[in-house]
Amino acid sequence: MCCRLFERRMLREGEAPQKGTFWGPGRKRKKLRRESRDQEMSETAIEFKNISKQFGNVYANKNISLKLYKGEILALLGENGSGKTTLMNMLAGIYYPDEGSIAVDGKEVSIRSPKDALSLGIGMVHQHFKLVDVLTATENVILGLPGKLNIKEAETKIREICDRYGFVVDPNKKIYDMTVSEKQTVEIVKVLYRGVNILILDEPTAVLTPQEAERLFRVIWRMRNDGKAIIIITHKMHEVKEISDRVAILRKGEYIGEMATEDADIQELTNMMVGRAVSLNIERKTPVNPKPKIEVEHLTILDEEGVAKISDVSFTANSGEILGIAGISGCGQKELLECISGLVKPLNGHVYYVEEDESRTDLVNLNPLQIQQKGIALSFVPEDRLGMGLVGSMDIADNMMLRSFRYGATQQDIDRVNKSRFLENLKQKMQPFTDRKTPRNLAQTVVEDLNVVTPSINTPVSNLSGGNVQKVLVGREIASHPKVLMTAYAVRGLDINSSYQIYDLINKQKESGTAVIYVGEDLDVLLELSDRILVLCGGRVSGIIDGRGANKEEVGLMMTSMGGEQGK
Amino acid sequence: MNEKKNPLFHIVKRKSMPLSKQMMVRLIAVAVAIAVCAIVTVITTGMNPLSVFAATFRGAFGSGRKIWITLQDTAILLLIALALTPAFKMKFWNIGGEGQVLMGGLASAACMIVLGDKIPDPVLNLLMIVSSVFLGALWGAIPALFKAKWKTNETLSTLMMNYIAIQIVAFFTIYWEVPKGSGKIGIINQSTNAGWLMQIGNKYLLPILISVIVTVGIYVYMKYTKHGYEIAVVGESERTARYAGIRPGKVIIRTMLLSGGLCGFVGMLLVGGIHHTITTTITGGQGFTAVMVSWLAQFNPFTMMGVSLLIIFLSHGASEISTSCGLNQSFGEIITGIILFFIIGCEFFIQYKVIFRKKETENTKEGPAGQKEETGQDSAEKPENEAGNAKEDSEEKPENETTQVDEEVKS
Repeated sequence: MCCRLFERRMLREGEAPQKGTFWGPGRKRKKLRRESRDQEMSETAIEFKNISKQFGNVYANKNISLKLYKGEILALLGENGSGKTTLMNMLAGIYYPDEGSIAVDGKEVSIRSPKDALSLGIGMVHQHFKLVDVLTATENVILGLPGKLNIKEAETKIREICDRYGFVVDPNKKIYDMTVSEKQTVEIVKVLYRGVNILILDEPTAVLTPQEAERLFRVIWRMRNDGKAIIIITHKMHEVKEISDRVAILRKGEYIGEMATEDADIQELTNMMVGRAVSLNIERKTPVNPKPKIEVEHLTILDEEGVAKISDVSFTANSGEILGIAGISGCGQKELLECISGLVKPLNGHVYYVEEDESRTDLVNLNPLQIQQKGIALSFVPEDRLGMGLVGSMDIADNMMLRSFRYGATQQDIDRVNKSRFLENLKQKMQPFTDRKTPRNLAQTVVEDLNVVTPSINTPVSNLSGGNVQKVLVGREIASHPKVLMTAYAVRGLDINSSYQIYDLINKQKESGTAVIYVGEDLDVLLELSDRILVLCGGRVSGIIDGRGANKEEVGLMMTSMGGEQGK
Repeated sequence: MNEKKNPLFHIVKRKSMPLSKQMMVRLIAVAVAIAVCAIVTVITTGMNPLSVFAATFRGAFGSGRKIWITLQDTAILLLIALALTPAFKMKFWNIGGEGQVLMGGLASAACMIVLGDKIPDPVLNLLMIVSSVFLGALWGAIPALFKAKWKTNETLSTLMMNYIAIQIVAFFTIYWEVPKGSGKIGIINQSTNAGWLMQIGNKYLLPILISVIVTVGIYVYMKYTKHGYEIAVVGESERTARYAGIRPGKVIIRTMLLSGGLCGFVGMLLVGGIHHTITTTITGGQGFTAVMVSWLAQFNPFTMMGVSLLIIFLSHGASEISTSCGLNQSFGEIITGIILFFIIGCEFFIQYKVIFRKKETENTKEGPAGQKEETGQDSAEKPENEAGNAKEDSEEKPENETTQVDEEVKS
């Protein structure tokens, strides 16, 4: 029944139905891909020769030699900070290699700027889009090109490119009106417009829904069959399996090896990436004695423009349980969590925090400080790590005290606050100095316990790689022994090893009786991790289901079924 | 472009440099600066550069009195720089130090003129302190309030507040002018010395002592207090601040009350302790120079001590050159410019490393330079050591940037 619905949806989009296209590789297509690849395999598009790049004393890339052939998709795989992006940035002319050389079409070249790269036919689509919001798609595409400004002509050319590869984009739409996936399309069109033959995609699916990712893959295949060489950086193993012809693996800046995707299996790739065997199972224990901890009732939240981001949402989060929140990105998850943590005031509705003795406190009219002063241990790992959860320029130790600097120390003091709250709050207010020693010790503990890779605890967190930044943030939030832990996209951009460490930490919190609210985008993980799943669609609850019995198609359908963007 | 050709050099950020090596780079920069100054002196004036340097030194440290004045001026500049620092740490660009100092000065002048000889001196002094701190703080808090409530641009509003302050002072100068028609206030209470700040040791020591105390105070405030931490968080990201339960608006206003209040206090020192009068130019542009001091010292109060001393030394030296060597003021400023140029420029080599193209086939005829390039790591010092061809290439970049900043600050 579900599958049939999917097929119907795809027909509406004008695509031929393919069994399993959405959630797994269709066998037929895969076969088709392989055939065409073998013919063109011989010609080298790019060759890296002994490339090294040093930042300070650290080698980001060390002696890397790698080849890319025309008409193939190469997946570049590696943990956070293994030097994938650095290597690609050198190809795109953003960095210049300290040693080694790059050859394009067999000729050694020197790529000094992105302009050089483009004239060699190399284009990169970055993780963070580089578009001008107030301009249209066409204007963005032709921005910076020499010659006369001829929007009409450009538009025709863009339409041609779109038809050729199957993009769907309106050339006259302004960027600020676009969804993330549309913006990405514009970025890709932008480099294709410049006649690029070698395309680099840096984590293109990190911000896309499964459906959008699938659409992107179809486009990438068409480009490949057109003879273009494509390098894709990704963390998601199933995508590597699905899309690439060949996989190359980097670890700690060094080239580890490569293999044909057909011969690779996920466990093997992971082991090569991490350098040792990693277990890829998420343990899900039965919740012990779950009790309501957060009760959300009829919550409605408006954004700054007065558009409802969350409408009439009600649910309960229990202690000792992980409540997963699924939904297409941008349909209210962020607002929901920010509202519970006191950062956003709702239009109406209530958020109750239930104490051990079952008395309820309404958090709706409290700010984060007041919530803290009431002795409610609410931890929040926000989506925007360096823009909200941490202070990028401060070191790890200073970031540890971000939420507790008023108390000097962390937990003991918060416990004391519970006892005679008013007096303690007053006392804290009168004390002008902050304790810098306890956070230092905490930083040391977090670095050791969570294996944060950092030169020292005095390193600014913005110098750490994504996974390590996240460990610092999660480490701090967990250190305050929360009763409620909210995480938004806790593993976004993290490599597989770090991701599993984070899942582990979240599971430990659950076991210790914390109510965990986990907003995620990877449905596979969400289904494996959560005890219950709340599915949001366009800011409304489209259902709450048991995590153990749920299947992906069902959740995927709930995500899109209630008039959200994707269901149109 | 497609033929194989590497760029001549490229620039890489350093991780860190040991302190001894940093000092080396700075010393070399000073040496090169002096050498360039000497060359410029000989070419443009034909004078013995040594005599010009001697004049510079004489201007700042020539006699006991000159040393005291240099130190006192340093103290005042340092105090204003310290006052601006908390705001800068918060990324609140308070360039209204000038106006805040003036308003503080005006408040004490008003107290001295209106209440002088009518109430006991200690009470008068206390009143001067309170009123000048209050008025300075008010002058700082108004832009802060606008920023906190309506997100107005503080750079513009603090700057504009300067001109309001200057006009208000100009008004009162006429209002209280002595004698009538002179357009000046003259020395206030010259006969009775009412309201003049007491002297410790000699008449120069008081501001110096205060500046030392405030330096330590600001250092502790920024580094060890909750307020200091809040300022740093708000400066980095208001969203993070809100997440941490900090109210950014409150912190902005509180910090500007402190910053403006301290500026007002400096105004009181100027009027009550040093000049005993008020004019619209009493601050002498130090509200702007202090911006540069604070930035150059990278907001470190102790470094600011050295930087203010350097700047005051150069400016006193420059005026001495113009009088004793018979050159005009501009020449002193050229010398000042060259020295600042190199001192600021050398920071680039502490932050970044310049990697030169590896010796390929025939492109290195520079001899010793070529050999040194191969080591790669020491390339930062090389340009200054040799004052050769390579230097001009590589130094152009940082220096252009820094001089631009210089000019903006000065103008």
